[in-house]
Order: sequence, then C-alpha cells, then structure tokens
Amino acid sequence: MSGTYLGMPAFADAAREAVGNTTLRGNLRHATHTIRAKRAKAVTEVSDWAELREAGKRIKDHTLRHLDRYLVRLEESVTAAGGVVHWAADADEANEIVTQLVKMTGETEVVKVKSMATQEIGLNEALEAEGIHAYETDLAELIVQLGKDRPSHILVPAIHRNRGEIRDIFAREMSEWGRPAPEGLTDSPAELAEAARLHLREKFLRAKVGISGANFMVAETGTLVVVESEGNGRMCLTLPETLISVVGIEKIVPTWQDLEVFLQTLPRSSTAERMNPYTSTWTGTTDQDGPGAFHLVLLDNGRTDTLADEVGRQALRCIRCSACLNVCPVYERAGGHAYGSVYPGPIGAILSPQLRGTGSEIDASLPYASSLCGACYEVCPVAIDIPEVLVHLRERVVQGGEVTREGNKVVLRPAKGHAAERAAMRAARWAFTHAGALRTGQRVASRTRRFHPRTLPGPGRAWSGTRDLPPVPAEPFRDWWQRTRGGKDGDR
Amino acid sequence: MNSRERILGRVRRALAKAPADETPIVRDYLREHGQRTVAETVELLAENLADYRALVHRTDAAGLPVLIAGLLDERGAASVLVPPGLDEEWLAATGVTRVTDRAESTPDELDRVSSVVTACAVAIAETGTIVLDGSPDQGRRRITLVPDHHICVVRVPGQVVSSVPQGLERLDPARPLTWISGPSATSDIELDRVEGVHGPRTLEVILVGED
Amino acid sequence: MRVALFLTCVNDTLYPDTGRAVVKLLTRLGVDVDFPMAQTCCGQAHYNTGYRREAEPLARHFSDVFGEYDAIVTPSGSCGAMVRELYPRMGERARAEGRGDTLAVTLAPVVPKTYELTEFLVDVLGVTDVGAYYPHKVTYHPTCHGLRGLGLGERPLRLLQAVKGLELVELPGADECCGFGGTFALKNPDVSAAMGADKVRNAESTGAEVLCAADNSCLMHIGGTMTRLRTGIRPVHIAEILASTEEEPAV
Repeated sequence: MSGTYLGMPAFADAAREAVGNTTLRGNLRHATHTIRAKRAKAVTEVSDWAELREAGKRIKDHTLRHLDRYLVRLEESVTAAGGVVHWAADADEANEIVTQLVKMTGETEVVKVKSMATQEIGLNEALEAEGIHAYETDLAELIVQLGKDRPSHILVPAIHRNRGEIRDIFAREMSEWGRPAPEGLTDSPAELAEAARLHLREKFLRAKVGISGANFMVAETGTLVVVESEGNGRMCLTLPETLISVVGIEKIVPTWQDLEVFLQTLPRSSTAERMNPYTSTWTGTTDQDGPGAFHLVLLDNGRTDTLADEVGRQALRCIRCSACLNVCPVYERAGGHAYGSVYPGPIGAILSPQLRGTGSEIDASLPYASSLCGACYEVCPVAIDIPEVLVHLRERVVQGGEVTREGNKVVLRPAKGHAAERAAMRAARWAFTHAGALRTGQRVASRTRRFHPRTLPGPGRAWSGTRDLPPVPAEPFRDWWQRTRGGKDGDR
Repeated sequence: MNSRERILGRVRRALAKAPADETPIVRDYLREHGQRTVAETVELLAENLADYRALVHRTDAAGLPVLIAGLLDERGAASVLVPPGLDEEWLAATGVTRVTDRAESTPDELDRVSSVVTACAVAIAETGTIVLDGSPDQGRRRITLVPDHHICVVRVPGQVVSSVPQGLERLDPARPLTWISGPSATSDIELDRVEGVHGPRTLEVILVGED
Repeated sequence: MRVALFLTCVNDTLYPDTGRAVVKLLTRLGVDVDFPMAQTCCGQAHYNTGYRREAEPLARHFSDVFGEYDAIVTPSGSCGAMVRELYPRMGERARAEGRGDTLAVTLAPVVPKTYELTEFLVDVLGVTDVGAYYPHKVTYHPTCHGLRGLGLGERPLRLLQAVKGLELVELPGADECCGFGGTFALKNPDVSAAMGADKVRNAESTGAEVLCAADNSCLMHIGGTMTRLRTGIRPVHIAEILASTEEEPAV
C-alpha cells in the first residue's frame, strides 16, 4: 500500500473532502460512537485499569530500553523452537525476504492474516509484482481488497463503508476473485459474514503458505501471539505448510507473564470485549500440528529511528488497539484516508512522521492533525502521551533539528511554508516580553474597532469562512484596571 | 554488515544516552477481580460464555455420554472428529461416525466433518474463555477450527480459574495454544459484533462436575 | 494571601468583561486580587504550534511577574494547564538538551500556585455557593484542557448548580472537543468548523439560552459558529455567571 500513499495531499486538504462527504461522515460517526460507549463500559468492568495501564507502559518502556537484549533473546528462543529468524532493515528488504521464501515453496498464492506491518511495507504489491497473489482474509481487509480501496482504520480497515456499500462490493467483485457472492445477498451483517465465509473457505483449504503479523512476541519463550475475532487468523496460522510472520521489532515483551497485562487491556480497548473470540499462540513449530516451516521476519523500517527520539519513542509502545482513533473527534470527521498512511488517527499522526520522516507534505502536516484535546491519551492502554509527541513533532517541522534517519544522525532544516508563521511567532514573543508593546497593539485594535470587518480576506478566511470574529472591545482589560484601580473607583 | 548487525547497532546507538531501566515492573494490578467462592467462579464462567453466545450445558461424569450424544443428534451430525486421547467414555452413547484426528487428513476432509468433541486445558471465568493446548484429549489445532460445530468439555471446578493472569500461569507456552471466547465473530461491519465467520459458528461448552 | 489575576492575553484584549467579572466575584468573596500590569501571555500558542524555544522567554517572563504571589488565578483552563502541565515539561526538555536546570528552577515556583478559577473557588476558598443569581437556562461545555489537563471534574458544575435561578441542562457529547485547538482552527479549518457545528447543534438541542465554559478561546470559536449558524444560543464565560447577582445581574 505504501506506493498508493505517495503524493497524498496534505492532511487539511484531504480532510476537507472527507468533511463534505455526508455518507462517510455518517458511517464514521455511527461506528466510532458505537464503539466508544462499549469501550468505556468494558474498561469500567475492571477496577484495576489504571494499574494495568501503568504496568503495560512500564513493560513496554523497559523492553524498548533494552530492545537489543530482547531481540537477541527472542532470536535464540524462536530458533531453538524450530523457527527461522530473518532481519529486515527496511520495507524493501522485508518484501524481498518474504518473496524469496514464498518462491522457495513453489506457490503462487498466499493467504494473509490482517497485519499492519505487511501493509506498512506494501507486501501485497511486492508479491503481486513477482506473480504471487496475496489474499486478505480478514473481513474488513477483504472488503478493502475487493473494493480496490485503501484501509482507513487500524482494527476495522473498512470502517468508512456501511453495510449497503459492503453488500454492493461483495455482489460486484467476489466473482472476480473466486466464489461469487450468493444470489440475492442482502445488507444484513450476518449474511455478509456468511458470504465472506463461503468465499474464503476454498482459499483457506487449499492454501500452502500463510502470512501474518503478530500482536506480541515473547522473548523468553519465543512465542508469537495473534489476537483476532473471525477465525481467519487461525486458518492462516494452522492450515498452511509454511507460515511467514512479519513483525515490527517493537512488538516484543520480555516474559510470558507480561501477556497477562496486554491480554486484558488489548481486547477491551480495541473491540470492547472482555476477550476477543480467538487468540493463537505458537512457539516455533509443533510436530504434526500446524505449519512445518515457520519464518519470522523482524522489521525495523524506521522503528530504530523512532527509538532514537527521546520524546517520540513512546509511540513504539503502541499495541495497535485503535482506541485513540475511535475516540478522536478529528478522525471521526476527517476519516482514515486523510492521514495518508496505513496508520491513521492520532497514533498515525505521531507514528507516520517518525517512521517515514517529516520530509513529505503529508507527513509534515500530520502533527497538526489534532486539536490537542487529549482524548487519545486518556484512552490509550499504554499511556502514550500523543499530544506531547504531536507538539514535539510540530517543533521538528517548524524548527528543524537533529533526528535519526536510517540509523544516521542528520540535522533537519525548518520546513518550508512556515516562514510567515515563524516571523509572527517571533514578533508575538517580542511583544509578549514587552508589556508596553502589547498594550499599544491592544489600544490600536480597540480604537480602530469600528472599522474591523466580521470576515477576513485571504488566509484569514480559514477562520472567518465558517465563524464570525469576536468584536474588539472599547478598551482592553488592563486599561479598565488602571483607570478604575480594579473597579475600586467604580466599575465604569 | 548484515541487517541483523545493522538493526542491533541502530538500537544500541539510539539508546546510548538513555539510562538503564532495570527496575522491576510493579505488578500491583489484581490477580483476579472480585472475591468469589469456587461455585460462584464456575457460575461466572457459565455466564460469560453465554454472554458471548456459547451454548452452555452442565452435567456430571455419568450424564456426559448421553448429553454429548444428544447434542450431536440435535445438530444432525453425520460425523464427529475425535482427538486421539479423548476419554472413550464420552462418546460411548453416540453412534455418529467417528473421524480420527490424523496428520494425513487434508483440510478438505476435515471440512466434510460435522462436529468435533474435545477437552480443554483451562477455562477462564472472568472472560468466558476456554483454552486448548493440543494435549491428546484436544488434538491438533485445526480440528477445532474447520468443522462448524465444536463441543468442548470443561471439568469443573478443577480446570476453571478466575482470571487471565491465573490462566497464563497454568499454561505451557511451548505448546500451541488456542484461546476461544465464544463462537467466531466479527466487528468489521460498522463496528458492531456479529457471530459466525470462519471458525465454528456453534460452540457448545459442557461443564462437567467432578465428583 | 496575595492573589494575582492572570487574565491571559486573549481575555485582556478581547474579553475584558470576563476579567471584570473575576475581579467582582473574588472581591465579593473577600479576596483582594491584584492584576500585575506587566503580565502578557503564558506562551501556550507558541508552545503548541511547535515554537517551544520562542515560548521560553514568555514563561520566564510569567515567572518574573507572578513569582512573588501566593496564588495565581486564571479564568482559562488551557492557560492554566500550560503553566501547570507544560512549564515543568519545558524545564525538563531544556535539561535534556544539556541547557542545565536554570529554566526548570525559574519556572518551578509558579507551577503549584497557579489555579484555574473554579479550582481556586472550590479548593482554595472552599466555596461552591458564591451567592450568584442568573435566571437563565444554561448548558455547560467542559473544555478539553480543563477537563483532561487540569482535571477540573465536577467543580464547575457544582458552582453552577448553586447559582440561584439557574437551570442547568446536560450537554450531549459534552466531553468532545469543540474544535478550536488554537492554531488547529486555522490549519485545519474544515475539521475544526465541523466539530464546532456539531458542538453548537448539541448545545441547541438542549434548549438552553446560554452555553457556558471556563475558557474564552473555546467560546470564541463556539460563539463565532453560533452567530454564523444563526442560533439563538449565546456563549458566556462561567466567571460572568458567577459574578452576576440579584443586585447587579449580568445582561
């Protein structure tokens, strides 16, 4: 998918279109509001949520601080259990590894478990270029794939589609890919799920290669964990002869016991369930049960660069629950596509500009795709202070400074297009450290207030296109205070 | 330099200035939520299983064969998958054709089997979860996946724990584990839960009292 | 106790009535409040837009102006949160950048002494009934930095509930952001406006005459949206409600 995102318009432009799309607005509003209320209820059910959240944060921070140690440990454990570990510094290398592994099996088809990491690297496109068809098997991913669409949500990539649209996509496209949709398919979610079951079953049953990501990797035991709902994960993880898992290096937890935290916080934060229907854990290969060959591809692709940033590295704690998307008022209105990345929403706004750098227009605009309302931080089960990182990245955009790219320290220049703002901020700083200057400005504004328009031309339309300007008062407060000695000489 | 060394080198350089973090993780969260008697914990398991649309039945060792036979009949099952180490007694009352869990079976063959009966490794009350660990009485992972009807027997209260932390303590990470909380479901259409996608659409859990 | 009013640059320039209301209210409650004339801006807009280094002199200036007082009261949740939450962070960042402790030490004294108005009333003065009279139907919007940054909780509602004549009605989706967000309103005007319109429609649905909040910058955005959408409802800062009495009612 990564290729699809090149040349994306900056966030505000893409969001403008989404805001004007009433169907999309309705779909997103309905879905996010449904899940918001449920998540809140699922979280209230556990009285120790705050402690679980803190422990989750601490486990992740500790792991990240000693990531080299745990990566080496994980490699040992996985290898000892019969798996083969590969290391991929970037997307191209990961795609190359996976392509070669599939080619060695002689297969031209793979089934895929929903995985953010493989979307991030554009694996499906890379495989397709080599004549290998990748079938997405998660229901929402299937909707996206059949609809030749892009994912717009971490957990529910087709959240921008309502049931009627899904019905139309299934009825129109399924026959192109395999078993057609049943005659007379309606938009009832149960029927749509049934159609997906029938369509994908033939693919599961003949699949020889499965590709997955993982929610967690346990360093001490070499165990991988996939958390899912539909059973497509189980199909891909157990029926094929070869399993290839592409996993970001930050997905490690040190111990088996650490799972006790995340297996409580993740389901409640993502689907608002006490527990998701299926969780699979596997350690290497098991004799005569499941794939006989298991490959783990450890993916960097910007993660170590993110790790090098003292403030920004907390983004690597993310367990991809998507609670921050569901609660975000900006995501709800702009939709996932506006973020120009497989990682939309608040977490995407801090992850994409770190994984990819702030060089492109979209990545430089993402840190501003937030009103800093803090709802994301409040619901995050690993306490990522998203507003803090957003502001930190804004600083990187406007002021530049030292960052790490592909392992090397580079000094970024301030981004273009912020010159006027920078000048205004400097001028304001000067005025605000000289109270006299501020006062002069206020008085000029007050005395000319009769002539102030209620709407502004040029860039000022950003405000006054939809909102009236407040009237400027006859005198600023400080003049009143001085004139009346704080009202002691009468209020007038 | 290979990518392994490159990535590990990047990690080390990224963290060069960060102080070591060897403070033990404070685990002041609860080992279980609420205080319950053993019987109440079993009751909670039943409630939470049912809440996520599993069909819950209760019996004792003597009643189990008849119950299983009845459930297979009700389902109209033509065949049933049987893990190699399943207690012979459990299927004593049914005449449904048995299909042995074998490594050679193809997925297509499994797809033609109506039902599967297994034991489990542990059940978690607070989340309504049963966990299979591939022991001889549970079989290979795929046998509880491909057939559309899964009957799982839980010995109560011996196999029941209250919470996720207690469940993990009992499980062996070296074994392939499948945690099951209700039948297959999805939230992918408008973020609302619908039961029944790729896994068994009917999950029946039998709580068997231990004498 | 020496109490200073930190009015904020926005209120000083555009909303002097809120300042006068705070003075009137605190005076009525027996507090001798001072307005240090050298005060300007806390630096929030700079900081949140990415100009942390430009915000530092403003923070130092704030500390110089207010450092000597026992309590600093501000009728703004977001500027209060700037001092309380972000000044310590600015100090930390300077330290992490190898610039020593100077900034952290300079800013530290003002941090614990800074109170948002409703906090000062409820926690420091220990009052919830401030003797106010305001015969109107009011709905309350908890602004984000007050709600999630400072954790104002029920304080504003308790104060409003004690106002004579005031009928308080619940705002649907109250804890959702209004869409102001400082420079967000300019950098993402369409999303900001959509959020504002939803907030206003929710407010309208309550049948209230007045939408009350504890932050005029949010009210500027909400109010500007209200007039543009030609709704009958108007924005009022909580200080102006609490200052209103039977003898001197607010208009």
